[in-house]
Amino acid sequence: MPEQKTVATTGNSVVAEAFRQCAPDVVPAYPITPQTTIVEEFAKFVAQGRVHAEYVTVESEHSAMSACIGASAAGARVMTATSSQGLALMWEELHIASGMRLPIVMANANRALSAPINIHCDHSDAMGARDTGWVMLFAETAQEAYDNTIMSVLIAEDPEVLLPVMTCLDGFITTHSIDRVQLMDDESVAGFVGEYVPQNALLDTDNPVSHGNFAGLGGPYFEFKRAQREAIDRSKAVVERVGKAFSDLSGRPFALIETDMMDDADVAIVVIGSTAGNVRHVAKQMRAEGLKAGVVKVRCFRPFPHAELAAALSSVKAVAVLDRAESFGAEGGPLYLETRSALYDLEHRMPVVNYVYGLGGSDVKLELIRSVFDDLSDIATGTPALHGPMYLGAR
Amino acid sequence: MSKWDISDMGSWKSSQFPLGAVIPDAGNSRDYVTGGWRSMRPYRDPETCTQCLLCWIVCPDSAIRVADEKIADDTFNFDHCKGCGVCANECPVEAITMSPEGCELPGVK
Repeated sequence: MPEQKTVATTGNSVVAEAFRQCAPDVVPAYPITPQTTIVEEFAKFVAQGRVHAEYVTVESEHSAMSACIGASAAGARVMTATSSQGLALMWEELHIASGMRLPIVMANANRALSAPINIHCDHSDAMGARDTGWVMLFAETAQEAYDNTIMSVLIAEDPEVLLPVMTCLDGFITTHSIDRVQLMDDESVAGFVGEYVPQNALLDTDNPVSHGNFAGLGGPYFEFKRAQREAIDRSKAVVERVGKAFSDLSGRPFALIETDMMDDADVAIVVIGSTAGNVRHVAKQMRAEGLKAGVVKVRCFRPFPHAELAAALSSVKAVAVLDRAESFGAEGGPLYLETRSALYDLEHRMPVVNYVYGLGGSDVKLELIRSVFDDLSDIATGTPALHGPMYLGAR
Repeated sequence: MSKWDISDMGSWKSSQFPLGAVIPDAGNSRDYVTGGWRSMRPYRDPETCTQCLLCWIVCPDSAIRVADEKIADDTFNFDHCKGCGVCANECPVEAITMSPEGCELPGVK
């Protein structure tokens, strides 16, 4: 078993620690609130000689991801971090990184997108990138942010996958709050992630290759996209396998979706990220008051665990999906759309309602979560479910 | 010629293509016939040409042939000449002239 020490620190500092322990060759990064302290601390590790990485200071996130792509194509283990507008500025490169099948690992500190300007937590940034071909993990706590980051390296570099992985943690709530975290010793992490053996490295001069090629009209573009779809489908088993291996090593649980009190639940909330803790807390209170409440937390959003989610929710009477992001003009938020789709094939479909909450860091008070369970209790006993997303706590 | 045999690429399944659209071979641009892009065709007048080799230096597609340190009689590699006219423009004695291309271009079906 690895040696683990318990520390009180922030999500960002343990992500930086995970970066150092995974020993990337190249880290190109541009600072943005609330991601800044990840790259700041990592830069300090480089300056102190505690990690032998090429730390590239770039002039924008567009350049950061471009440098990541170049370095990864060259054959380096590459990591970076961003947030919000920074992720938005990377948009075209996000597609290039996945299309070129480069196993880049990026931490994303979830933050709202402008306008109006807002630096606080929601999932609009990551959800906006949900179709860019990246594997996406979400952390509830600083501990999960640390664990997900380490797992991401092994998932990305798996020969069955070879896709970039985005490891998300909630801006400020998780990035900046002091939390209790167990850190593994360096050797155990190094042993877990192993040495990266790149395929098609540009620096392998004995086997010269050309990256970034053209596959235009009449060319095999369509076939390359199909290969990408097959890879991200395969990644589900790899995420589970790596999660199991990490779980065995660390003693901490991992699953694509994590369920609480679902065995006999009548109503359930589906949620992503730090709010899962609030929901669990309120669900226990509701249980004490007689409502059989359950919680499903989605930890892996891409590939989306449709079958697992459907199985977990198959016997409840009403489901509420909490979305910390909008999909303007759609029937609801991104998690709602995925969840409803996952439940479509069930023999007995239950009402599924959607709440958009916490945009721009607006407070997710316990009484708001309670109001959702109250609504679910009513729906489960016959009250018609409201259609369209409800704005939880918005005036 | 490229070592990478792509002659039956049209029948490949998605799993048969190299990872991430990589071309697993170097120096293959020679195999890519780009002469079909040409709309103007260069002609070199051997009487006027002074064999200064400036055209060979400036050609961006390395499409000027040289043999025995002289511009070859078969001057232009029309599989790769895109008809940009840089050679004609730079020729100090105006030995190269450009004229509109016909329809029989390499790689054009």
